[in-house]
Amino acid sequence: MTDSTTTAAPAIELRGISKSFGPVQANKDISIRVMPGTIHGIIGENGAGKSTLMSILYGFYKADAGEIHIAGKQVDIPDSQAAIAAGIGMVFQHFKLVETFTVLENIVLGAEDSGLLRPSLARARRELRALAEEYELNVDADALVQDIGVGMQQRVEILKALYRKADILILDEPTGVLTPAEADHLFRILENLRREGKTIILITHKLREIMEITDTVSVMRRGEMTATVKTAETSPSELAELMVGRKVLLRVDKTPAQPGRVILDVQMLNVTDTKGVHRLKDVSFQVRAGEILGIAGVSGNGQSELLEVLGGYQTASGTVLMNGDPIDLTGTKSDGQSRRARGISHVPEDRQAEGLIMDYAAWENVAFGYHHDAKYQSGILMNNAAMLADTEEKMQRFDVRPPDPKLAAKNFSGGNQQKIVLAREIEQNPDLLLIGQPTRGVDIGAIEFIHKQIVALRDQGKAILLVSVELEEILGLSDRIIVMFDGRIMGERDPARTDERELGMLMAGMTSDPDKVSTAEIEENLAHAGTGEKV
Amino acid sequence: MDLLTLLQLLDSAVRLATPLLLACIAGLYSERAGIFDIGLEGKMLAAAFLSAAVAYTTGNVWIGLLAGIGASLLLSAIHGIASITFRGNQLISGVAINFLAAGLTVVIAQSWFAQGGRTPQLAGAARFNPITLPFADALRDVPVIGPIYYELISGHTALVYVALVIVPLTWWILYATRFGLRLRAVGENPAAVDTAGVSVVGLRFAAVGICGVLCGIAGAYLATALQAGFTKDMSAGRGYIALAALIFAKWKPWPCLWATLLFGLLQALALRPDLIQRTLGFSVQTQLLDALPYILTVVILAGFVGKAIPPRAGGEPYVKER
Repeated sequence: MTDSTTTAAPAIELRGISKSFGPVQANKDISIRVMPGTIHGIIGENGAGKSTLMSILYGFYKADAGEIHIAGKQVDIPDSQAAIAAGIGMVFQHFKLVETFTVLENIVLGAEDSGLLRPSLARARRELRALAEEYELNVDADALVQDIGVGMQQRVEILKALYRKADILILDEPTGVLTPAEADHLFRILENLRREGKTIILITHKLREIMEITDTVSVMRRGEMTATVKTAETSPSELAELMVGRKVLLRVDKTPAQPGRVILDVQMLNVTDTKGVHRLKDVSFQVRAGEILGIAGVSGNGQSELLEVLGGYQTASGTVLMNGDPIDLTGTKSDGQSRRARGISHVPEDRQAEGLIMDYAAWENVAFGYHHDAKYQSGILMNNAAMLADTEEKMQRFDVRPPDPKLAAKNFSGGNQQKIVLAREIEQNPDLLLIGQPTRGVDIGAIEFIHKQIVALRDQGKAILLVSVELEEILGLSDRIIVMFDGRIMGERDPARTDERELGMLMAGMTSDPDKVSTAEIEENLAHAGTGEKV
Repeated sequence: MDLLTLLQLLDSAVRLATPLLLACIAGLYSERAGIFDIGLEGKMLAAAFLSAAVAYTTGNVWIGLLAGIGASLLLSAIHGIASITFRGNQLISGVAINFLAAGLTVVIAQSWFAQGGRTPQLAGAARFNPITLPFADALRDVPVIGPIYYELISGHTALVYVALVIVPLTWWILYATRFGLRLRAVGENPAAVDTAGVSVVGLRFAAVGICGVLCGIAGAYLATALQAGFTKDMSAGRGYIALAALIFAKWKPWPCLWATLLFGLLQALALRPDLIQRTLGFSVQTQLLDALPYILTVVILAGFVGKAIPPRAGGEPYVKER
């Protein structure tokens, strides 16, 4: 196993693996060779098909076509049992542990020696001690899994695989839940494992990890394996390009802004969440009539909390003036209703959880929140006919497809769902529109439409606060940009005089001269910025 | 209250607790594997009917017991197929089983025996008879120990002793065997069991099967040991009381014994209003006494017994994900 010369048989070889889920082809004719005793990285954006490929390897899915060879022999992997027998161990992104069991019980589960537990547990305890010394994998065997941290839980998963005599270890986004220190420890463990001749497949979307630890790297994009290269012979920028391909630049046509009076004035806003984490720190800014203020940042750096405070469902301290008058932040008089009464409309970040009731029909969703309006009343009853007619008209204007007001929200595509929310909020003629992630999960055609609507609203002299993790969107739409990092405003930039690189630096919490910093460093900082990285 | 009366009361409590205990442990296996089962009641009722019917026809109570277990297993299989194979709602499946059993037993009993939905009285070998343990008669006159042994411990039917043995056996299976470890795991996190290469479906069917066997014994006990024949709705909510006891016991075997004994004691008290009057000095309405076990059930289910954390994957059909 320790022989890693090129003449040895690959530890794993996949030939022509394809897998479709309905009309979606998750894996297209994928071939890959992983040499024994190496760390092989697989990198790609979310949804590139990495996890599907590994699930096929672990017997969770059956490939539509293709062959799997382990150590030179073709094998069939119909279930996890077969994968384990073939020497494959998997550390899932979401751990598969029984929380109420001890570490030892979790390790033994499914790999017991006999019908009675006691001998198995005793042997596992001995082996655990040996493994801990060999690979720096220290765990408390008798601790309950629910009482130990995620870094420790991950070690239990690795130990589970090693206890089952795995020669090939697959780790799916292993650092997503770890602190930087824990991640460093994990990498030391992986290096120890490689030294002992184990083969490791590391699935990630973080360039830093690939560059730091892998020997070989394969890049996946939209279900295809676009390249396999030696890590030493590539660079982060080359990998990034292979990963995302050439992006189509979205142009937004707009005239220069004509900012008017101050609509929203936020002064020294602070939020501490229920866990005691300080989410917003002394945030102050203004939004004027007729301008779009974009807030850039890696998700989880306070933008969501900011929108929640302004939308009326998160308490805060500080002052927020709307049209010159303070709005309530204590939670006693603040809710969506009171905010709407003050001329604030809100398109929430998570349209499926906060913007819509997925099982309700489009017309119910369009009326929802505004169902007390006089136009929707008929005596003591709601005027359903008026709501239906109104929705039908809005659906026409916002080009919602299909234009059927009686269809449940869940049956529309992401883009059309967003148009329904936008139609509801924009049509209220607000003074201020809060809009979070306007085009997340929305197709290209709808993106353009939504962007046009936002610009049109600005041109009517409305104030718009845009929160997006898409830098391109922020750069294309905003008249001014502020960047948030760790609950703080890092700075303000003019979109005409900045670029992705400078904003990326600010988003990673760095303010130094961008020309003196490499892309790798930006990437590294981005990887560590915030807690709510995109998963 | 003298010692003899107390012993008679406790003796009665043990007899009444037995079907509750069997059903409670039955529910424990099922729920520990993540399958909620409110069909305990229906399974007991079906087993009670078929065991009595077959015992009457063959004149052999053991064949009757097997038939009762068979009836209960059949309903368990329905519950398993509905909730494990087809991932249906476990509560609805359980309710359906209860309705099915309540209706079918009476209809079939009427059709077979034409005695108004009951089976004929069982006698002799068609019934479980009390077993006198060795030396019971000899020790009878020894002070204190004698009466306890004779009145309380000896003189029960075989199924009572079976139920009492099942408690330590279940404890041993759950905590000392591979099967027990996997069973507990599948009720907490089936994904962990699945990725460890063990069949979630197989484990859950095994658990539901054990549940069926124990419910079958519980039902047969009702009709062939506690009573002498099947009567309409004779399970009388015992399946639900067993579920309440299971929550009370926090899904652990030994506490199941204590919880069901408590319910058994309350039921025994309800049968002896004279005793209450003599002890307390005033009479308590029998209706109130009859209602006591059910009132306790409500109190327990309302959560007055502290935090009871059910198996985490309970009630959730397992769907494989990446």
